[in-house]
Amino acid sequence: MSHLDELESHSIYLLREAYHAFGKVGMLWSMGKDSNVLLWLAKKAFAGHIPVPVIHVDTTYEFPEMLEFRAWAQKHYGLELIVHINEAARARGIGYETTDPVTVTHELKSVALQQVLGIHQFDALITGIRRDEDSTRAKERYFSPRNAEFEWDYKDQPPEFWNHFTTEVGPGEHVRVQPLLDWTEIDIWRYCDREKIPLPGMYFARHGRRFRSLGCMPITKDVPSTATTIDEIIEELKVTRTSERAGRAQDHHERNAMQKLRAKGFM
Amino acid sequence: MSATAPTASLGNPQSTKPAPSTAQATPDHLYLVVVGHVDHGKSTLIGRLLFDTNSVPDGKKERIESACKAEGMEFEYAFLMDALLEEQAQNITMDTTRVPFRTPRRQFTIIDAPGHKEFLKNMITGAASADAAILLVDAHEGLREQTRRHGYLLSLLGLKQVVVAVNKMDLVDYDEKIFARIRAELTEFLGKLHVTAAHFVPIAAKHGEGLLTVSPRTPWYRGPALLEALEQFRATPPIAGAPLRLTVQDIYRFDARRIVAGLVEAGSVSVGDPIEFHPGGKRSRVKTIESWPTSDFRGPVGAGLPVAITLEDELFVERGQVGAPPQAVPVEARDFTARVFWLHAEPLRVGDTLPLRLGTQQADARLVAVSRVLDAVTLDASQAPASEVKRHEVAELRLRVRRPIAFDAGGKIPALGRFVLMRGRRIAGGGVIDSAVREDAGRDDTLPVTPASRTTLLGHRGAVIWLTGLSGAGKSTLSTALEQRLFRAGILPAIVDGDVLRAGLCKGLGFSDTDRKENIRRAAEAALLLADAGAVVITALISPFRADRQLVAELCRVRGVPFAEVFVNAPLAECERRDVKQLYARARAGEIPKFTGIDSPYEAPLAPALELRTDLEPVEQSLEKLFALAAGLARETGTPFADSGADI
Repeated sequence: MSHLDELESHSIYLLREAYHAFGKVGMLWSMGKDSNVLLWLAKKAFAGHIPVPVIHVDTTYEFPEMLEFRAWAQKHYGLELIVHINEAARARGIGYETTDPVTVTHELKSVALQQVLGIHQFDALITGIRRDEDSTRAKERYFSPRNAEFEWDYKDQPPEFWNHFTTEVGPGEHVRVQPLLDWTEIDIWRYCDREKIPLPGMYFARHGRRFRSLGCMPITKDVPSTATTIDEIIEELKVTRTSERAGRAQDHHERNAMQKLRAKGFM
Repeated sequence: MSATAPTASLGNPQSTKPAPSTAQATPDHLYLVVVGHVDHGKSTLIGRLLFDTNSVPDGKKERIESACKAEGMEFEYAFLMDALLEEQAQNITMDTTRVPFRTPRRQFTIIDAPGHKEFLKNMITGAASADAAILLVDAHEGLREQTRRHGYLLSLLGLKQVVVAVNKMDLVDYDEKIFARIRAELTEFLGKLHVTAAHFVPIAAKHGEGLLTVSPRTPWYRGPALLEALEQFRATPPIAGAPLRLTVQDIYRFDARRIVAGLVEAGSVSVGDPIEFHPGGKRSRVKTIESWPTSDFRGPVGAGLPVAITLEDELFVERGQVGAPPQAVPVEARDFTARVFWLHAEPLRVGDTLPLRLGTQQADARLVAVSRVLDAVTLDASQAPASEVKRHEVAELRLRVRRPIAFDAGGKIPALGRFVLMRGRRIAGGGVIDSAVREDAGRDDTLPVTPASRTTLLGHRGAVIWLTGLSGAGKSTLSTALEQRLFRAGILPAIVDGDVLRAGLCKGLGFSDTDRKENIRRAAEAALLLADAGAVVITALISPFRADRQLVAELCRVRGVPFAEVFVNAPLAECERRDVKQLYARARAGEIPKFTGIDSPYEAPLAPALELRTDLEPVEQSLEKLFALAAGLARETGTPFADSGADI
C-alpha cells in the first residue's frame, strides 16, 4: 500500500465516521486544491455520491476565475451548494479597502461561517485544512470540537486515538472534521496527479507566475514560477523553502495572527 | 466571465509520466513519535532535526532569532515546534504536533508528544498512530518518572521499534560511563516490557551532535547516528496471513441497494467471497464491490483499505458488525480481561458502567474487578486488591459488556483487540483485550436477582411490542419473523399469540366487549410476566379498542416495562381478499358474530410507535422497521441500572 493509499484510506474513514455520527453535516469548499481533493474523497467514500451540502463562504473578494470554476464544478459534481456572504458586514463597510486583513478575514470568513451554521444548524463541518500549512493547524485533531461561541479550546483538546473521535456535541456546539490533516502540500499534488482531479487553472504558471495558495484577491499574491504541470510543481516544491501560505497576507499581519484567528473560529 | 464550463481555467494538465512513479516516490513513509521526560529536550531535538534536514521555511529561523534576542534569551530550536503563544511563553509544548521532514533516503512525519505530566493524553494521541519511537533521556538527569511511564505506554500501544537517544551529552562531558549506565538501566526496564531498543545513540541535540553524523566528541560510540538509526525502521506493515476483518461503518441506501461501507482491518475481500457478520453470525456472499470513479472492480481489497460492498442476500447488517470468513470468525463474548490506561481526572471504579468502543462497535461496559494496578514507573503491582484506577495509572482488569461484542484477543489482529472507554463525551481511557472470560454471569453478584442483574445477564432488557390490526393484516407473520430476527441478534424473544391464548389461558371467554377486554388484560399480564423475566415480548392480537390498548400501556408503565404500540395496517378490503383463515367469508355468511371489521368496529391507534402498511411494502421492509424498534427498546441505555455510574 502506498503512502497516498494510506492517506486516502484514512480520510475516507474519517468522512464516513463524520457522516454517520452527526445529524447535519456540511462540507466547506473554497474551490482550492485541498477542498477539491475533499470532494473527490467524498465521492469515493460514498460510492460516487456527495451526500452532504457543500458550503462556499464567499467573501465577495473572490477571483473571477475561481467563481467560474465554482459554477463549473457545481454542475460537474452535482453539488448541493450553499453560497453565503456576510452581507451585514459588507453593508457596514468592512472590506480590504478600509479595514486590516485580520479583521476582514474574521468578519467575512469566520463570522460568515458562524452565520451559515446558524441558518442551517450544522453540527459538524468538514474542512480541508492540513497540519503542514501552519503550526497552529499542526496541533489540530481530526474531530475538533468548537463551543457555541465558535472558540477552539486548544489548551484542552480531547484525546483521539485508534480511530476513536469526539462524536457528540452539546447544544450550539459543532465539530470540525478535518480529513486532510495528515496530508502535505506535495501529497495533495501527487494525489491530484494520480487521480486526475479537476483544479482551477490559477495554480499553474502563466507568464512566469502562479498561485500556490488561493484566497481573497486583494491579499493573495502569486509567486514566481515556471511550473505548468503537476510534475513541475512537485519538483518546485521539493526545493522551495518558502511556506505555502506566505502569499496570504492575513496570516502575517501581526505576530500569532493565525492563532488569534483560529481560536475565534477561523479554519 | 462566461457561464459555460471554463475549460481554459481547468487546470491539471495530463501528466506526461506514468502514474506508478508517484507510488515509488513515497515509499515507506515513517511516522515517528518522540517521547520522554519533560525538559529532556524533545522539542529541541525535533527543531534541530527539521533545521538540519533543511525542512524549515525561509525566514522562520530569523523570526525566532529576533524574538529570542528581544527576550534576552539564547536561540531556542524548540520554538520551531512550539506554535502557540502559551507554549512559547511557558517553554512547554502543549499539544501533539505533526511535522513532515525528509532525508535523502526517506520521508518522515514527526509526532511531537509533550512530556508535561498533565498532557499524557496528547502523548498517547500521538504515539498511538506512530510506527516507531525515539525515547529521549537526559544524560545529566538520567531516567525519570516519565521516561519509564512513556516506555510502558509504548509497549502497551504495541510500538516495538524504539531507539533511545541519550541527550545533553555535552552537559556530562561526553562521558562514556554515564552513557553506559543509562543504557544498562533502561535496557533492563524495557526488557521487562518486552521492548528492545534497536540502538542507544549519544547526542547533544542543541548543538546538532549525533543527529546526522556521529559526534567526534563521542569516539567511543560505535553505532549509527540518530537519523541513520531511524532510516533502518520500517513503516508498520499490515499483518500478514490474517483472516478478513471488515469493520462496518455504515449502511448506505442512496438507491434501492444496501451498500455496506467499512474498513478492511485485516485480510482481504473479493466479489463472491462468503462473509459472516459478527456479533450475530449472519452469513451471505459478496455480490459487488462498489467503487468510484471506476466500476466493476472485483477485488481483492486488501488490509488498510476502505471498501463498500453489496451482499447477495438481504441481511440486516448494521454498523459495528465485523465481516469475516465463516471459517475464521472473531470471538464473540461479553466478559474479558484487559490492560487499561486511564486518562480521566475521575478514577475508573469497580461497578462503573461506561460506553466502550471497539472498532465501530459500541456497548456499555461495566468494570467487574481490578486484578492489579501497575505502577508504570517501578512496574510493581499493587499488593492490596484495588477498587479503582486513577488518572495515569495502568491496570489489569475485567470488563463485562451488556451485549456480546466481536473481537480478536491477545494482539492477533491489533485493531480488533483494542478499545477505548468514554466518560461523558470524552475518551477517558484505552485498553487492550488479553482474553475472553467464559460466560458465567451472575457469579460475582451476591445480591438478589433484580431487573438490572437480569439485564446484565441477557445484555438487554425486557419490553412489550404490541401488534394491533385487523385479522389478516399480517400480525402473526410479522411476529414470527421478528422472533427469529431478534433471536439471531442475541435478544431473547417471546410471542403472546391471540389464538394460543384463547385456546388456553383465556378459554371460556367470548367476544362480548367485556370478554374482549378481559382477554386483552390477560394477554397483557402474560406479556408482562415474560418481559419481567427479560424477554422482548411480541403480542399479536387484533385488540380493536383504543381504551383496552391504553390500559395495557398503563400497566406496562406502572411495571416499568418499555412498551410500543405497532399498528399493522392493511385496508379491510385487502385483509378480506387475503382471508387466510377463511374468517371473513364465514363472518360475511353470518357464521361468526361480532367479527372485527364486519360487524364490530376497529379503532385505529392515534399515535402508534410504528405503523406498518403491509399492503404497500414487502414484509422484509416492515420487518426491518419492526426490528429496529424492538432492538432499540431492548438495548436502550436510558434505564437506571443499579450498577451504573452517575456519569452516563
